[in-house]
Amino acid sequence: MPERRTITTDYLARVEGEGAMTVRLDGGEVEHVELRIFEPPRFFEALLQGRDFREAPDITARICGICPVAYQTSAVNALESLCGAEIPEPVRELRRLLYCGEWIESHALHVYMLHAPDFLGYESAVELARDAPEAVQRGLALKRTGNELMTLVGGREIHPINVRVGGFYRAPTKRELRTMVDPLERAREAALETLRWTATLEFPERRVECELVSLQQPGEYPIERGRIVSDRGLDIAPKEYEEHFVEEHVERSTALHSRLDGGTYLLGPLARYALNAGSLSPLARESAKEVGLEVPCLNPFRSIVVRSVELVYACDEALRLIEGYEEPDRPFVEVEPVAGTGFGVSEAPRGMLYHRYRIAADGTIEEAKIVPPTSQNQRAIEDDLRDVAARNATLADDELRALCEQTIRNYDPCISCATHFLDLQVERR
Amino acid sequence: MSTPKLAVWKFASCDGCQLSLLDLEDDLLMLTGKVTLAEFREATSGVVEGPYDLSLVEGSVTTAHDAERIQEIRRASKALVTIGACATSGGIQALKNFGDVERFVAAVYASPEYISTLATSTAIADHVQVDFELRGCPVNKHQLLEVVTAFLHGRKPGIASTSVCEECKARGIVCVSVAHGTPCLGPVTHAGCGALCPAYNRGCFGCFGPKETPNTAALLPLLRDQGLQQAEIERLFQTFNATAEPFRKVVEHA
Repeated sequence: MPERRTITTDYLARVEGEGAMTVRLDGGEVEHVELRIFEPPRFFEALLQGRDFREAPDITARICGICPVAYQTSAVNALESLCGAEIPEPVRELRRLLYCGEWIESHALHVYMLHAPDFLGYESAVELARDAPEAVQRGLALKRTGNELMTLVGGREIHPINVRVGGFYRAPTKRELRTMVDPLERAREAALETLRWTATLEFPERRVECELVSLQQPGEYPIERGRIVSDRGLDIAPKEYEEHFVEEHVERSTALHSRLDGGTYLLGPLARYALNAGSLSPLARESAKEVGLEVPCLNPFRSIVVRSVELVYACDEALRLIEGYEEPDRPFVEVEPVAGTGFGVSEAPRGMLYHRYRIAADGTIEEAKIVPPTSQNQRAIEDDLRDVAARNATLADDELRALCEQTIRNYDPCISCATHFLDLQVERR
Repeated sequence: MSTPKLAVWKFASCDGCQLSLLDLEDDLLMLTGKVTLAEFREATSGVVEGPYDLSLVEGSVTTAHDAERIQEIRRASKALVTIGACATSGGIQALKNFGDVERFVAAVYASPEYISTLATSTAIADHVQVDFELRGCPVNKHQLLEVVTAFLHGRKPGIASTSVCEECKARGIVCVSVAHGTPCLGPVTHAGCGALCPAYNRGCFGCFGPKETPNTAALLPLLRDQGLQQAEIERLFQTFNATAEPFRKVVEHA
């Protein structure tokens, strides 16, 4: 084995946004790993200053084309809680329904187009489609259903136009929502197929050791609201977030890294499932058990199976919400600005997304802070990368590079979001 | 015969416009059967060297490195099409063009010295010749497929350059501006969304940027009559296409 070598990927493929990886090895020792984010900074927090608070959902949606509903939801949660707006239950459920659409679209994209090619040795889902057309077609059909749901409730799948502080501009009719029942029932079948399929993939043995953090809401799997909890006893309201979570700016990244009470923590499907599996629908819970997915699942390679369970759940939950839907009297409540600071969280497909806004009495945003899931996960990703590289230091460069890249994709990093976030090189000396 | 080479490039952006390609779903597989995906990092780790028959460019130029990179991409591309508001008019991040970039860096990053960025976010056409600009924040995926198909066949894309207002009339939507007094940029905004916002009881907020030859000056009195203050009018034009000339003038001539 050459003593010192550097393994690099200058531009990670099949992730959202621009990042790179470096792993530097000296014999069997890992000297250095980094996930470098070179996505150019876009300064959303600065350009929100001076805007009206009602503009926050439309502006922050533009942070990410893959999870705009997450941005819109955390934004409206923060501003509505500050202004004391009581959101009627049917409107809140409609938000959850829209968010289910985003989970389906984003998870189907990641499972089939970004992640599965790693396990099966393909460069892309397009290549995979030549050998396994029915699998890729199934993934695309799932994704399409997620997009259709977002389009119906939100106006369009990317940067929905129907979300406002206080609710929606227009609530869909019962009849309109009923048109989604057949596609969602087929999507739920496709999600069950997906779960049975991903459960048969080969997974390297791994176990993450860091603290697991997700939202939690009694009686429901966390999506659009909840308290912030962890497997080590953290249980706080969104407004207490910054008393426990601290962001740091490091040189190699245009993203900021986060710590929880000084330690590393993990957000996303593994954390949500570990902390909330009991709140899944009976179908999602049973089907997870059927394929042998334990609770908790702490192997990041198996996150693709957990995402598949969440796909089943999101379809199931969307159907439940449509079944119980009553058109609200008004699609929104009027929200008058209140001077002060508001805090909002929600579960983006890749983990908890935190927003804080300070606004003036006339509704002008004076300060904004946004902490996306990927920058919160970056430290956990790098720790995992370091350990994977150390345990596999005898592999040839190409194999090690592929394994390291897959290790990163396990977390579904969204670099566009994290910028305020990644470059993978493996260096060996 | 070799298949045409398609490349997708990303600059400063949210990834939404290239996601529109993946959102084509079945049509995507049809398309990838006809072309070689030479460069599309979000979708594939496979890379085929240029030159490229068609380059789709998402995002705006915000760093010195990207200003050089777009030159290389232009040199390697027979045709270059920008997709979306960032590539076509600088995007929402171009709002920093109106402010002080150091204040922007300091507002977001604790250690501003680690950040390298240009003072401006600029459209791709400010740097290189562009063969077609597809508008929208995000682009309409059906229009995107039309543009790609047209370029691969060497014909002109069939993309209307009229206004959202015309699409709204064609759909028979009740005018939110006339009937409800809702401020709406439909008369001056480029078509392409299918009058989405009016269909959802909302005024157009200009995702597709200015239409060809818009008369923004004629719209301003109406917006004032509808109760908008000057600052609100300026904000309405200062979103995803703020540096597009007809929208920029509204603010600069105020």
